[in-house]
Amino acid sequence: MNQILLPVLIVAAIGLIAGLGLAIASVVFAVPVDKKAEAIRECLPGANCGACGFSGCDGYAAALSKGETTDTALCNPGGNEASASIAKILGVEAGSVAPQTAVVMCQGFCEKSKRKMEYNGVSSCKMAKQLFGGPKECIYGCIGLGDCVAACPYEAIHICDGIARVNQETCKACKMCVKTCPNGIIGMMPKHETKAAVLCVNKDKGAITRKECQLGCIGCMKCTKVCEYDAVQVKNFCASVDYDKCIGCGKCTETCPVKCINLVVIK
Amino acid sequence: MEMTKGLISIFMTMILTQNFILSKFLGICPFLGVSKKVNTAVGMSLAVIFVMALSTAVTYPINKYLLAANGLEYLQTIVFILVIAALVQMVEIILKKYMPALYNSLGIYLPLITTNCAVLGVVTLNIDNGYNFAQSMVCSVGGGVGFLIAMVMFAGVRSRLESCDIPKFLKGLPITLVAASLVSLSFLGFAGVVENIFA
Repeated sequence: MNQILLPVLIVAAIGLIAGLGLAIASVVFAVPVDKKAEAIRECLPGANCGACGFSGCDGYAAALSKGETTDTALCNPGGNEASASIAKILGVEAGSVAPQTAVVMCQGFCEKSKRKMEYNGVSSCKMAKQLFGGPKECIYGCIGLGDCVAACPYEAIHICDGIARVNQETCKACKMCVKTCPNGIIGMMPKHETKAAVLCVNKDKGAITRKECQLGCIGCMKCTKVCEYDAVQVKNFCASVDYDKCIGCGKCTETCPVKCINLVVIK
Repeated sequence: MEMTKGLISIFMTMILTQNFILSKFLGICPFLGVSKKVNTAVGMSLAVIFVMALSTAVTYPINKYLLAANGLEYLQTIVFILVIAALVQMVEIILKKYMPALYNSLGIYLPLITTNCAVLGVVTLNIDNGYNFAQSMVCSVGGGVGFLIAMVMFAGVRSRLESCDIPKFLKGLPITLVAASLVSLSFLGFAGVVENIFA
């Protein structure tokens, strides 16, 4: 009898002591938790991307609950939904998040842009850029080794035909890729709208650009002349579109001789 | 003198020839899980050292005066798991209250190792080897340090792997396992070293 009873008693006693100890400790050493911050944290997506400017989702939730910031619309990945639910908790008016998406401003596909070398080094755009500005003739364009793919917390970027492409349905506009790209060719565009976008950032003179890439902007100014809304500007031999002025009429797209201005329809 | 020598021998054995991860294959889960970056690897390992030393200090008397005294050695596993898990939770609560800075750096790893097999392994190993209290403590700290070395080394290997052009079918866990086996193989080179130094 003793052989069964004793072990049972010992284990039960240890369990009881441990349980009681933990129960007491959790009361005695309880740390007051910020309930509001916890509730706000629940509304945030939890990607810790830092697009809000705070140290991750916890940081933003803490700042909101302490009143360090009252802007509920800083979370791009969470969008209007998160903004509204945070505002509900805080009892303030919800700020609206303009939905955005990342777009890779380069069309230097394998066949379209020339390469000056076969790069076999470390598979990272940052490293490749150190070597004569990257393996492509055009030193401004997408290197295509996928630093942005690795940075994207939502797996929205993939390398297709030598350059990075953003899947606009999965992109949450956290701007991690924008920060990561060593060439700075990933830009943000408003969602749910049709806009003209110059998918090139080449700042070389037109003649040089022409040799480097078939789809590079040569700075011919044709788009500037045709635009009725003064939305297209050419600076440093490269056009750029002011998305606030552009209405997506598509006239610049038709005129562009190298087809580097595209009408981008983002769902 | 003889005792110190014995302790040093145990310590070095635990780090080099009997390394928990690379020779005994215990604690592989954190080894593969948190070895992506050196700082997380160090944080995890420090937590492991701490928990190993603490659980040895607590389970040794429990085994000696409660279990062995009553002939209940077969209860070791279940009692130890119970005690270690409760202890780690307790430490976590106290740390959170009094040392928030330490809690922020170690805290997230503590729940992960409550029932880690390396921690349970070190306390059972101490008993199987018939170590006294001092030897047990040295053994568990040595085991923890060995864990730290293996983790940091492997974190270094993995950061090199990150920037390599790995064939698609090997990407991710497969190449990590291959690398882990090679690191483990390299530690085989230490076999016999410690015994001969202190012979």
